[in-house]
Parts: sequence; structure tokens; C-alpha cells
Amino acid sequence: MWNYSEKTKKYFFDPVNAGSIDDANGVGEVGSISCGDALKLFLKIDPGTEIISDAKFQTFGCGSAIASSSALTEMIIGKSVNDALTITNQDIADFLDGLPPEKMHCSVMGAEALRAAIANFRGEAWEEDDHEEGALICKCFGIDAGMIERAVRVNKLATLEEVTNYTKAGGACKTCHESIEAVLDEVLKAMVAEGVIDTKPAPSCPVAPSAPVLKHMTNIEKIKLITAAIEDIRPALQRDGGDIELVDVDGDTVMVNLHGSCVGCQMSAVTLSGVQERLMIALGKPVRVIPAKAA
Amino acid sequence: MTAVSATSPLAVYFDNNATTPCDPQVVAEMLPYFSEQFGNPSSIHSIGAGVGPSIQKARARVQALLGAGFDTEIVFTSGGTESDTTAIYSALRSLPDRREIITSAVEHHAVLTVCEYLEKNEGYKVHIIGVDGQGRLDMEAYENALSEKVALATFMWANNETGTIFPIETLAQMAKPYGILFHTDGVQAVGKVPMRLSNSAVDMLSLSAHKLHGPKGVGALYLKRGIKFRPLLRGGHQERGRRAGTENTPGIVGLGKAAELALSAMADENTRVRALRDRLEREIVALIPCSIVTGDTSQRLPNTTTIAFEYVEGEAILLLLSRAGVAASSGSACTSGSLEPSHVMRAMGIPFTAAHGATRFSLSRDSTDADVDRVIEVMPGIIEKLRAMSPYWSVKNNAPASFEPAYS
Repeated sequence: MWNYSEKTKKYFFDPVNAGSIDDANGVGEVGSISCGDALKLFLKIDPGTEIISDAKFQTFGCGSAIASSSALTEMIIGKSVNDALTITNQDIADFLDGLPPEKMHCSVMGAEALRAAIANFRGEAWEEDDHEEGALICKCFGIDAGMIERAVRVNKLATLEEVTNYTKAGGACKTCHESIEAVLDEVLKAMVAEGVIDTKPAPSCPVAPSAPVLKHMTNIEKIKLITAAIEDIRPALQRDGGDIELVDVDGDTVMVNLHGSCVGCQMSAVTLSGVQERLMIALGKPVRVIPAKAA
Repeated sequence: MTAVSATSPLAVYFDNNATTPCDPQVVAEMLPYFSEQFGNPSSIHSIGAGVGPSIQKARARVQALLGAGFDTEIVFTSGGTESDTTAIYSALRSLPDRREIITSAVEHHAVLTVCEYLEKNEGYKVHIIGVDGQGRLDMEAYENALSEKVALATFMWANNETGTIFPIETLAQMAKPYGILFHTDGVQAVGKVPMRLSNSAVDMLSLSAHKLHGPKGVGALYLKRGIKFRPLLRGGHQERGRRAGTENTPGIVGLGKAAELALSAMADENTRVRALRDRLEREIVALIPCSIVTGDTSQRLPNTTTIAFEYVEGEAILLLLSRAGVAASSGSACTSGSLEPSHVMRAMGIPFTAAHGATRFSLSRDSTDADVDRVIEVMPGIIEKLRAMSPYWSVKNNAPASFEPAYS
């Protein structure tokens, strides 16, 4: 099951502003039942001040779709239309204390419905309705280039996978992956040109973290670190009636003596390997710990 | 098991097709094999000595559940997925000159994904036989796909989502004249459907312990005596060289006990549990408008019903059910992390308006009348609440509303 935040659960189980407004003067409809989620947003806007006085929603969708819709209505009531238009899908997700990545498209649906409803209030044809210029990218979910571009810009997406998580585009038959990558590439280039981002983010292919650079240590530095690490370990051994003493360090070999109940204990080999592990962490490089008597 | 009150979280567990709780009697039989009976059955010394016979006992119990002719026909594995993969690869390697596979559109991913992989990467031709609106196999398409080029036909005995039972014996008989190896994924059917594989044309069958009140991580592959076989795992003599690797003794002992219990509970499963399922289904469909039972109700597992609630989405249903103390599952896209509704619902041509709201209730021998009452009590309110929020539903008319959004 999804790891929903407490706030997302609250807005799903007890959503505020569910329902419709009969005399709404801005209605936005996005999504479709075949996509698995759809949202109809009703706004009541004061024509003079352009303040949103009421908002209600009807949503067909999963828990996070309902929570996102409800959150959106709370966020916009009392705001002016222009202020409301500054709300992004990320704002909706933040309001809900975050959404799982696979569910970010629910917040995108909210932001899209808001834009559609305000366009409807202003008597504009909502620009994203127009798929006639071949801008429809994902046929399965009806996602066009404009919506992908907005999701990329707002959320600074860098990979195809992220675009799918935020918009659903490319999540079904996968035939549009090439087109999505083309849009992504174009938008990222434009964002670099506009100075919105520094450089085009590298595709997030897993790159092995570079090995830590080992700083050369003098023998004195090394022995100091080893002494400190052994001092850290001693109290634990002393509690069990044992003890440990550093005898010598020769290159990467650390010689120690075990005392007290550690002597002859069947677990002394385990103790030594534990000490070895602690020293390796402290030094950042492999060392060998051996009993001084055996050396 | 500790008793849970009707108001505590998840008091009703109706998700037994996903997994079942391990029966306490199964756990009790397993426990010694973690500690005093820890020996390796391959060892000569006395520590391993008691273990071999216990594995033999488990094998005999699984044999009895399947009605198999010989106990050596049972090969223990790590579960349903391993059994399926072993069966598929074994058939292809045994008959290397045959480059075709027949399967169905509604198989479990453990079979379907392997077949798709073989088609894409190893050049096999895969015939994927479709189903009708009730989930019944297109027998004509199957007949047309049969030929001597086919190495393997693999069909699930019963569907995990709808419970629909395929005519496995007929399908297996039809494959025989062409020398095709016949495998069935019996993960959902074993323990619920009586079987007598000794009189059957089925060559291979997969089963999993955790679907029948056994432990997770153990299952078996039935291999008819004399059929061609190539192991998936090599490197040991275990299971007569057919599945290398030290035996999962506690798991195998658990599967054996679970098989014995399933055999004795089968009558209960097919009478009392079936009646519970039927009542649940009947009352819910009567109480909730625009709800549809999916699958072939005349040929179905006794414990399963998938009801599609139109104009609402499955994950939302499950979250509300869970809050009401009921565990069920869904064919909805959102619950799986994929974005499309289940391939089973799509293969059956269930309309999108309903597929997203498909909810599966799968009962077991632990289910009671009170469980059914609880679900019947909470379900109408849950659907009503979600429909009140749905743009596709008109509360005023208590019927679907017309809604055509901008982009679709």
C-alpha cells in the first residue's frame, strides 16, 4: 500500500468541498475515466474583484487524487484568480506534506483543472484543449506537449521516468517514450537558455559514486586515529570484564592484546573482527587487526 | 489465532487470493525443523537422519492433495513463480526444435511476463489466447494455434482475479495429439478444486504453499512420470536432480501439513465458504446500483468474487474498506503502481467505467457469516460516499451522469 502522509489521508477520508456548485461561473474538467482519474472543479468568482469565493470538486480517482482535489479547493478559496494561477502542482503536493512519486500526477491534475476553470471563467478556450497541431504526445492518457512542458518546468524534471511519474505520459503502451524524450530535451534546452537552470541535468542513469579520495596519512596521524578508536571500544569490553590494548602498528597491520575475560573467550575472534571494522571506518581504508602474541 | 473484535482494524480478511495466514497447526509442525531437527537431509550422520522421512511425508501429503500417481512426481520449489518458470523453460529445452508457446491473455504475470520475454528476446512465437466478457477461453483460437511447432501450452487452472476456472482437462487432452507439453498454473486452484492428476493429461502443475494456509517461500511443481524435463537449478542431487539446493525443510514440512489440511477442508470450502461468497455477492449487487459481478459465475472458485463498482476508483474503495476493518484487493491501476487497470479486466473487455472500480473479495475456510455481514454493512456507504464525489455520478438521479472532460 502507498505511504500516504497523514495529511493526505485526512483529506481523502474527510474531504472538504466535495460536491458541485450550481451557479459556478468557472468550471474546469480534466482527465477521463479511461485514464483512471478525472476531476471537475467548480469555482465561484466575484466578477468585480476576481476573488474566488467558493470552490468545490468532483473527483473520480484514487486516494491521492481525491486528497489533491480537496486540498486545491482549500488553497484557492479567498485568493484572487491571478494569485490562484501561481499555484503549481508542487504547491498542492507540498500542502499535503508530499505525495509518492508515482502519485504526483494527481497533483498535476489539480493544477490543470484550476487552469481550465479559470480559462472557462474568462471565456477563453483552454489552450490545452487543442490537440490539432499534433501536440498530443501520450495517446493512452491524453497528455500533450504543453502539459509535459509545464510539469518539467515547475518540477525541474530531468528524466523520462520522472515525466511519467508526474503526468502519467508514457506509462501505458510506452510507444511515446521517444516523443517525450524529445519534448523533455527541448524544454530543458530552453530552460538553460533562459537561465532557469544552470545546465541541462544529466540523465539520471545510476552512476557509481566515485571512490573516496584517500588522503595520505603520516604514521603519527594514523596511530592517533587508531588509539582514539580503540579508546572508544574499551568501555564496551570493560563492561564484560575484558579489555584491549594497542601494541604496535606496522603498515596496515594493527597488533593488539586482549585482556581479562577476553582471554580464552570463544568470541575473541569476533571481538577482533569488530575492532577491525571500527578501525577501517575510522581510517577509511582496510587494515588487519591481529593479536600481538601471534605476530 | 487471537480473536479480533469487529471494530478493530482489519477484522475481516477477504484477501486470501493474495495470501493466507499460516494455519497454527502448520506452524506447530514446522517449528522443530528450525531448531532440534535442523539437520541437512543429505547428511549421513544421525542429525540429518530424521529430516529425510519428514520430507517424504510432506511429499506424500502433496501427492494426496493433487491425486498424483507417484510421490516422486512432486518436486519442491521456492513457490509458484519458480515452479512456473521451471516448467516453461523445461518444456522449451526438452523440445528445442519447437519454437512456439500457447498461453492465455489472463495468466498471472509469473507466466505471461516470461512468455513475453521469450518472444521478445529469444524469438519464440507466443500465441496469446483471448477470453470473452465472462473470462472464458476462446476455444476455437486455441484449437487453431495447436500444431507440432508448439513446445508448450500453459494455462492457469483458475484465475486469481475473477476465480474463473478454465477447462484444464479438455485443454490438456487437445494438446496431446501434437506432442505438446501441457503445464497449468494451479496456484489458485490447488486446495479449492478436487484434482486427480493420475488420470489427467496435465504434464506439469505449479502450486504455492502460502495460498493454502502454508508458509511463504515454498511451493511445488508436479511433473508427470516419464515426461521430458530439464532442471532450472543445477548443482545438487536434491529432488532427484530436478531442483538443486538444500531443501527448505521447515517450509516443505509446512507445505505438507497445509496440503493435508486443505484436503480435509475442501468439502467445507466448496459448500459453506461457497455459500458465504454467494450471499456476499448477491446482497452487495442487490444493495448497490451499477455493480457487476465479473468472470464466469458458473465455473468459478468457491471463494472468489470480483465485483466492479461503476464510476468509482478501486484504490479509494480499498482505503475506505481498510478503515472499516475490511481487507480486500482491487484490479485498479492505482493500487499496483502501474497506470492501467488489470490485464485481466482489460482482456475481458470490462468497460473502463467499471474496470477501475473492480474489487476482489477472496474468502477462505477462516471466513464467517459475521465477516460477510460486516462487508455488506459497510460497502453501500463506501460506494455512496465515493459516487457522491465522482463527476460521473449524479446523486440526484442515483444514476450515471454525463461528463466529457476536456482532454481524454
